[in-house]
Amino acid sequence: MADAAKITVTGVTKVYRRDELEVTALQNVDFSIREGQFVSIIGPSGCGKTTLFNIIAGLTLPTSGQVVVDGRSILGQAGYVGYMLQNDLLLPWRTVLNNIILGLEIHRVPREQSVRQAMPLIERYGLKGFDQHYPSELSGGMRQRAALLRTLLYNRDILLLDEPFGALDAQTRLDMQMWLMTLWQDFSKTVLFITHDIDEAIFLSDEVFVFSAPPGRIKARIPIDLSRPRTPEQMATPEFSAIKRQLLGLLVTAGHSGSLSPTDAGCEAQARGEVRDDWVR
Amino acid sequence: MTGYVKEQSPPFRRDEELEQSGVVSRPEMPRIRRARVNMIRWGLCALLILLWQISSDHNWIDPFYWSSPRMIAKTIWIQATQGTLWDDVAYTSGSTLLGFVFGTVIGSWIGLLFWWSRTTAEVSEPYLIVLNALPKLALAPVLVILFGIGFSFKVVLAFLMTVVASTLSAFSGVRSVDPAMETLLYSLGASRAQVFSKVVIPWSMPFMISNLRANIALALSGAIVGEFVVSNKGIGRMILYAGTLFDLNLMWVGVVVLSILAVLMYWGVMLLERWLSRRLMIIPPQRTDAPPKPLRPRRPSAGGAAAKPVFPPRPPYPPYPPRL
Repeated sequence: MADAAKITVTGVTKVYRRDELEVTALQNVDFSIREGQFVSIIGPSGCGKTTLFNIIAGLTLPTSGQVVVDGRSILGQAGYVGYMLQNDLLLPWRTVLNNIILGLEIHRVPREQSVRQAMPLIERYGLKGFDQHYPSELSGGMRQRAALLRTLLYNRDILLLDEPFGALDAQTRLDMQMWLMTLWQDFSKTVLFITHDIDEAIFLSDEVFVFSAPPGRIKARIPIDLSRPRTPEQMATPEFSAIKRQLLGLLVTAGHSGSLSPTDAGCEAQARGEVRDDWVR
Repeated sequence: MTGYVKEQSPPFRRDEELEQSGVVSRPEMPRIRRARVNMIRWGLCALLILLWQISSDHNWIDPFYWSSPRMIAKTIWIQATQGTLWDDVAYTSGSTLLGFVFGTVIGSWIGLLFWWSRTTAEVSEPYLIVLNALPKLALAPVLVILFGIGFSFKVVLAFLMTVVASTLSAFSGVRSVDPAMETLLYSLGASRAQVFSKVVIPWSMPFMISNLRANIALALSGAIVGEFVVSNKGIGRMILYAGTLFDLNLMWVGVVVLSILAVLMYWGVMLLERWLSRRLMIIPPQRTDAPPKPLRPRRPSAGGAAAKPVFPPRPPYPPYPPRL
């Protein structure tokens, strides 16, 4: 049902040990999200947002805590959620189509079947005629689209999107935001969305989580009550500005602790996937 | 972690580099210019041969040491029709090609398999570097005892010349694999074997392919060196034999035949490289039509005419319970 929690995160703490130094990336993160909710996470860089995603995606184990989806623990279980990493990470030697069906291919879905499923998505969501092109021939926005379609075709109820539009220019970004809204409405997925852009967070979300400066904790949860479907014009309304002011206030105090902490390096490495000794055996 | 220097070279060579490496020909290079380059090349070749002939005819150079194109051509003709030239060519190219194929394939696989264990890779690396630097000729005595003085001995030498270099270049490819790409595959629920076949091998392919041309030359030297050590057949033996008999004309025949052989093999490998690159889609094929303009996302029309796409059935979840 819509009111039941789709995903529950309880007491997740992650401590990295590096050279005798213990760095707490996440401290006691608790939240639960209902099915079909769109939740954005904002916070200063290095506050463990990506670490949290890696834990939910089953790529990293938390030091303590639990992640429950549909009543089952998914700790250390890769493949239970759709995860879009910071870069589009399309494999350059595969065509757009072959990139999009990668998730199905890994699960040994017959190729004709995956293509049959992928083609309508490609045509409907702005990549029509590009299925046989290589990623290097696409613009940044289209690459992001392809990466998102890959995550979507993998067909998990929960999508984790880690700053998917971070590298795009403002115009493309707005297009992509509208596009993501369409997708979300069509497929009613539960979405967790990391962003650094407050406007984007407010515009897209049902609820915004503000993370504190390292160690990462949820500092505030701000429900966004703007009407749906959202339009870009809403960004100019007083309600929007009020929420924005509130979030900005929270972020300024959240980032107050100031200078870069060692966690930054850890998070960045994590984002690039370099810290992996604890999950690759 | 130390000693694991991340290589910066991109796995996919940029177009300019590809053009320079000759893997793809520059499409916009004017045909006229190419024709002129080819004409000058062949003209220069003919001029040098002519100069050589004239100098030796007029005794500007001593024909005993330096022979002459006419004498070489004549000896080649005699050797080819009455002598053992074809046998020698077949012998040398056979051992070269066999050594090249085994060395490249086995070496590349060893390099690729290092991906499975970083520890094994790091332990083996210094040994590989030593082996690579070691002149393989030093092993000749023991190889002769092990493999005899026949064909297999030359194949083994050609193999040894190529195998370590292949391992090292495949390994440098493996080492440069983007870790984020591996993470992506794991996040889609892939096994290690799938990451290996879908990311590590294709990523390392350009590294292995770029090594092929160096390898064929190494294999040829291996085979010739083997024939120098001990042999009763082959171009190398022919050259050595001619030298001991002071028949320098015959030696020049060997050198010329060897050059032709080297060029042919080089061409063959270049064609192989090109074919592999295209076939493995390492270079996106050139498109003649301009790419269409980026499309805007299509939104469903307000009238509800656009049906909501039916979502495909989900792939099965990975096995449960967790592997903790």
